[in-house]
Amino acid sequence: MAALPFIIFTVLWGGIGIVLPIIVPKGPNRGIIQVVLILTGVCCWLFWLCCYVAQMNPLIGPKLDKHTIMVMAKAWGDELK
Amino acid sequence: MGSLFRSAEMTLCQLFLQSEAAYACVSELGELGLVQFRDLNPDVNVFQRKFVNEVRRCDEMERKLRYLEKEIKKDGIPMLDTGENPEAPQPREMIDLEATFEKLENELREVNQNAEALKRNYLELTELKQILRKTQVFFDEHEGGAANNPTESMTRALISEDSIARQTGPVQLGFVAGVILRERIPAFERMLWRACRGNVFLRQAEIETPLEDPSTGDQVYKSVFIIFFQGDQLKTRVKKICEGFRATLYPCPEAPADRREMAMGVMTRIEDLNTVLGQTQDHRHRVLVAAAKNIKNWFVKVRKIKAIYHTLNLFNLDVTQKCLIAECWVPVLDLENIQLALRRGTERSGSSVPPILNRMDTLEDPPTYNHTNKFTSAFQALYDSYGIASYREMNPTPYTIITFPFLFAIMFGDFGHGAIMALFGAWMVLKEKPLAAKKSDNEIWNIFFGGRYIIMLMGCFSMYTGLIYNDTFAKSLNIFRSSWKISNLTYDYVKTITTSHMLDPATDDYAGDPYVFGLDPAWQLAENKIIFLNSFKMKLSIIIGITHMLFGVAISYFKNMHFNNRLNIICEFIPQVVFLTFLFFYMVILMFIKWFMYFASNKKEDFTVGTRCAPSILITFINMVLNKPTPCEEGCLTSNMYAGQIGIQKFLLFCAFICVPWMLLAKPLLIQRERKKSALHPLNHNQLHSATENGDASEPIHMNNTQAQPPVPAGHDDDEPMSEIYIHQGIHTIEYVLGSISHTASYLRLWALSLAHAQLSEVLWEMVLNKGLTVEGWAGGIAVYIIFSIWACLTISILVLMEGLSAFLHTLRLHWVEFCSKFYSGGGYAFQPFSFEIILELAGQVKEE
Repeated sequence: MAALPFIIFTVLWGGIGIVLPIIVPKGPNRGIIQVVLILTGVCCWLFWLCCYVAQMNPLIGPKLDKHTIMVMAKAWGDELK
Repeated sequence: MGSLFRSAEMTLCQLFLQSEAAYACVSELGELGLVQFRDLNPDVNVFQRKFVNEVRRCDEMERKLRYLEKEIKKDGIPMLDTGENPEAPQPREMIDLEATFEKLENELREVNQNAEALKRNYLELTELKQILRKTQVFFDEHEGGAANNPTESMTRALISEDSIARQTGPVQLGFVAGVILRERIPAFERMLWRACRGNVFLRQAEIETPLEDPSTGDQVYKSVFIIFFQGDQLKTRVKKICEGFRATLYPCPEAPADRREMAMGVMTRIEDLNTVLGQTQDHRHRVLVAAAKNIKNWFVKVRKIKAIYHTLNLFNLDVTQKCLIAECWVPVLDLENIQLALRRGTERSGSSVPPILNRMDTLEDPPTYNHTNKFTSAFQALYDSYGIASYREMNPTPYTIITFPFLFAIMFGDFGHGAIMALFGAWMVLKEKPLAAKKSDNEIWNIFFGGRYIIMLMGCFSMYTGLIYNDTFAKSLNIFRSSWKISNLTYDYVKTITTSHMLDPATDDYAGDPYVFGLDPAWQLAENKIIFLNSFKMKLSIIIGITHMLFGVAISYFKNMHFNNRLNIICEFIPQVVFLTFLFFYMVILMFIKWFMYFASNKKEDFTVGTRCAPSILITFINMVLNKPTPCEEGCLTSNMYAGQIGIQKFLLFCAFICVPWMLLAKPLLIQRERKKSALHPLNHNQLHSATENGDASEPIHMNNTQAQPPVPAGHDDDEPMSEIYIHQGIHTIEYVLGSISHTASYLRLWALSLAHAQLSEVLWEMVLNKGLTVEGWAGGIAVYIIFSIWACLTISILVLMEGLSAFLHTLRLHWVEFCSKFYSGGGYAFQPFSFEIILELAGQVKEE
């Protein structure tokens, strides 16, 4: 289950960073466009990855106060018993 | 490789131009704008050059045009700017132009002179008219008054008794009338009183309408005055004072009938003058309107001629005086275009001999010329202001197009703020043409407009990082369902919570999979948000920073490969990579291991990989470098993350330390060996013989070497002494080794600024907008209305503008120092082609200032 988002985003940014640069039309600026696409793919993927992996195995949980817990329970589904 | 990755290949060319064709050829080259001419007579005075006369004529023409332009602006006539770009006229057309300008200028000067004379005349007549009108009042009082008339009595008081006795009949008073500036009146009055001991009588009246001063064109307020006095002595004195105060005196007849007649005469003359003045103005206007149609065109033409002659002045004259010789830097790829332009120029001038373009060999460093377009030019400018790239070295610009907005966005990560910035940038990009055509003088606007593509990209990336940070104006979006939920709490327990309750990641409070895209929105509400964010963002900064630096080092490989500098690759690139990877990239790997391996769990067997046993990366890293064991908590058994960690770390550390002397000594030692070898080789038997005779080999050989062949053979950079090479390498090594540490720490600014940005926007929400949102009832609407505007203003000015600027500067520093120091030497000089476009633009800017 945890792998699915990983695959989706890797394919997405991989597509931008690897596939698109290959199919860039020929022209005087082809090299620049390729570099731009590759770097965009790498940067955005790395950034997403770090955020995803950092939360994958949380060592601490969010500390919430009373009101937040009540509102959260009400708004996001699980009613308090 | 593409055009922007390295500066264009340049070559020095010698150009032989037929004297007749030179002008036309240079004109064509100016239109092309791809050639940088070198000054071939640098020691010749500006005044002694060949075409100094023509340049002077052009200057004169320009002066005339500026005069015309000033006059046109004075009259507020719109100048037609068709935007067309006329070609530089033939030299013979210059005479026509000169004649036209001369005629126009003279005509205008004459018209202006006439107009001024007429205006002066007009002013005098108006003043006279006013005098006649105002003094009428005084005279009426004087003559129509009875004996007890105040004027009469005053007149009497002025005259002593005995003079009345001597004179029979009414007292004959003299008077002068005139006009004076209103602000001089009080001083004038005082002066008169003192100088004439009170024996004069001054009456004055203000002229209500302001009069135009013909010499300056200002509107001035004046007053009419009339002074009564007795006797010739007083008369001269009064006149002197009037003169001193710049009052204009007008003759004023005594008899009322004469005065009336004079007034009539003045009126008719004023009317006549008005018609003449109107006609003069019409004429001037016609002349200026005609000139306004062409003036921009003329300016372009004259400036082009001047630029051409300036360039021709740089050329050398051939001995036969038949042709001009020029030297110029030319991009190799554009040689064909330049040949074509030269051919066009020859055809235009009707010369039969084609110009000759010869490539020359030179040891000089060519200028750096990067082909940029409107998109890349702003990014190139970022580096050009740091230092122009050396000739043909790797240009960091293509990579900066993305890394710059990306690093900026890490610090500026907020979806809302990013969207504002992106929209602003996109607006400038979409309205590019009309905005560029306006040509604003506002410097700040021009900076924004010049960087419109950077701003747009920065905005877009900020939106992305904002989504990852899950910050939109300091609020989170819950799009993919938070992974945290309240599952194990009862209502009764929640009621007993006094401070806060931490959701336990080991239970099913945590869904098991992280939030799909970005930070979980639950953190936005948490009290320990900062603790979590700091840990995440610090690691992120280090990961991004080390990747960025490794990328920079990687670029240095391509640079050295291009210059075929194997020595640098072996002695610098490889140890640099090893040093950075084995120490710092290893730290990145540790971070990922920690993220993957350690998790919260309540099970006993998972204790060693649980929350309590997760080691601190920083402490592990420090202890690795200090070669100390890391203490661990009881029950964790070990502080290692994986088996054999200590051994591997020792190995990595050893390798990294080996790199330091490698960087420091390898290159100088190799150079030294090379030099010795090449010094030994050319020795012939004779020298060897003498050396062995002396019994001391090294000394005479060395002597001989320095004397016999001073130029050190190719293969070294240059012939700098060994000691300098050692020092240089030492500095370089120290810079790199210490730099790796300080630069890694420097990337923590990514974390610091993003934290500051997030906190500021949160504070702004809490302290400002929240205040409006919590007001209840209908007053809440009004409160929100007012407070929202305050919040919006502060958001734009502080969070977007000021924070944006600070993040921009930090990004700039990260690129200039942390990134560039790995590969960029920036010791070049810019290619400055002879181009009409640039010259005209510069001239336009100077004029506007």
